[in-house]
Amino acid sequence: MAERTVDARGSFCPGPLMELISNMKSMQVGDTLELLSTDAGSAKDVPEWVHKVGHEMVDTDQDSEGTFHIRVRKAK
Amino acid sequence: MRILVVGGGMGGTIFANHLARRIHHEMKTGKARITMLSATHEHVYQPGWLYVAMGRATPDELVREQQSLLEPGIDFHVDPVEEFHLAHNHVKCKSGKVHEYDLIVISTGSRPLPENIPGLKENSVNCYSAENAVEFYKQLSDFKGGRIVITVGLPHKCPMIPLEVTFAMYDFIKDRGLLDKTEFYYTYPIGRVHSLENVAKWAAPEFDAKGIKYETLFNMKEVDGKNAKVLSEEGGEVAYDLLVAVPPHKGQEVIEKNGLGENGWIPTNRHSLHMEGEHGKNVIVLGDTTNLPISKAGSTAHFEAETAAENVAAVVKMGRPVKSYDGKVFCFIEAGKDRATYAMFNYQNPPQPKAPTGAVHAFKMAYNKLYWATARGLL
Repeated sequence: MAERTVDARGSFCPGPLMELISNMKSMQVGDTLELLSTDAGSAKDVPEWVHKVGHEMVDTDQDSEGTFHIRVRKAK
Repeated sequence: MRILVVGGGMGGTIFANHLARRIHHEMKTGKARITMLSATHEHVYQPGWLYVAMGRATPDELVREQQSLLEPGIDFHVDPVEEFHLAHNHVKCKSGKVHEYDLIVISTGSRPLPENIPGLKENSVNCYSAENAVEFYKQLSDFKGGRIVITVGLPHKCPMIPLEVTFAMYDFIKDRGLLDKTEFYYTYPIGRVHSLENVAKWAAPEFDAKGIKYETLFNMKEVDGKNAKVLSEEGGEVAYDLLVAVPPHKGQEVIEKNGLGENGWIPTNRHSLHMEGEHGKNVIVLGDTTNLPISKAGSTAHFEAETAAENVAAVVKMGRPVKSYDGKVFCFIEAGKDRATYAMFNYQNPPQPKAPTGAVHAFKMAYNKLYWATARGLL
C-alpha cells in the first residue's frame, strides 16, 4: 500500500481539505495520505468529510511548530 | 544564457516579457536568448469566458495573436514540446526539432476534464472554453424555468468561478423575469460555500438573501442524464433542469507522459518556484502547472512570473536570484452583473473581502481590457 504526503501548510485556497479530496482521487483503496496543515479547522473538517464519505481516519497530531499531521486511509 | 519558455499562456508570456525588458542589453549583445514554444499561435484571456456565457462578450474579443504580445527579440515558435529531457537540458518538439537550454521555464497550464466524471460532459454546461461558453449561453437563454444546479469538481482552475457563475446567472434570470420560476441550487465540495473561509462568510448570507439554496460536502460522483440527477460521493443526489459544472482539472498530458508530475502537476518549491528533485536546479515551474497548494488562477501565474523573471534577470546579471515567491494571489469576485469584490492573500495572510461595490466591478471590467498590458509585462 502506498503512502503520500500532501503539504498544505499556508494554503488558504484551495485549502487543506480540497487538497486532500483532490489527492484521494488518485489513490488506491488501502493507500494512506498524511496531510500537513497549519489551519486548525482541518482537525475538524477533514474527519467530518472522511467519515461522511466512508474513508478511515488513522490519526491526528500536532507538532511543536503547530502543524497538524492528519493521516487518512482510502477505504472505498 | 539560453532561456527556454514552454507555454504561451499567462505565466509564460508575462515571464518572457518581464525578463526580456530586464535583460534587453544582454539579449542585444548575444549573452542571453529567450525562446518560447507554444501549442498555439493564439493567446486567450480565459476569465472572459464567464461573460461569453452570460451574453456579455463574444469569444473573438478575448483573443490576440501571441506574437503580437511578445517583446521584440523573443524567438517564438508554434511547436508544442513532446519530450522533456531534463537530464540533458533539451526538449524535443512535435516538428522533431530539438531545443537546448541553460534554463527552462515550464508553464503549460491545466485542462478541464468533464469526461472524468461519468455523465458530466454530455449533460452539463461550463465556461472553460469559448465553445463551451457559447453553448452555456445558448442553454441559459433558452431556459424557461426550473432548477439550476451548480456542481464543482476538484481540483479546478479559477476558484471564484463557482460563486461568480451563480451570482451572474441569478442576475441574468432576474433580468429575464424568471426568478419566480427558477430555483438555484449550489453545491460545493467542503463544509462551507467557498474554500476561503472569509469569502464563504460573505457569500453564504448573499445566497440566503437571494434565496439561493446550497448543499456543502457535495463532491460529484456521476451524472445520471436519463433521470437528470447528480450523485455525490457523500451519498447525496440532486435533480436538475440545467446543470452548470466546474469540471475537475488536470495538468497537461505531456507533463504526465514525461513523468514530470502526477496528474500533470509538477512538484515545485513554494518559494523558489524551481522544480523539486534531481534536475530542478535549472527548471522553473509557473502557474497551474505547479503542484503548490494555492489557487490555480491567472493572478497566481502572473505574480509567480514576475518573481521568476526578476530572479532570472538577477542570475543573468549577478549570478544569483533576489526574490522569494510569497504565495500572492489576487482574485476579483464578480457578485452579479454590476457589483464585485476581491480576495487578496498569500501564504501567511488570509483574505479579508469587503462588501461588493459597483466601483470594484467597474475596475474589473476595465481590467478585462487592460489584461493585454499585463500580458505584455507592463501592468
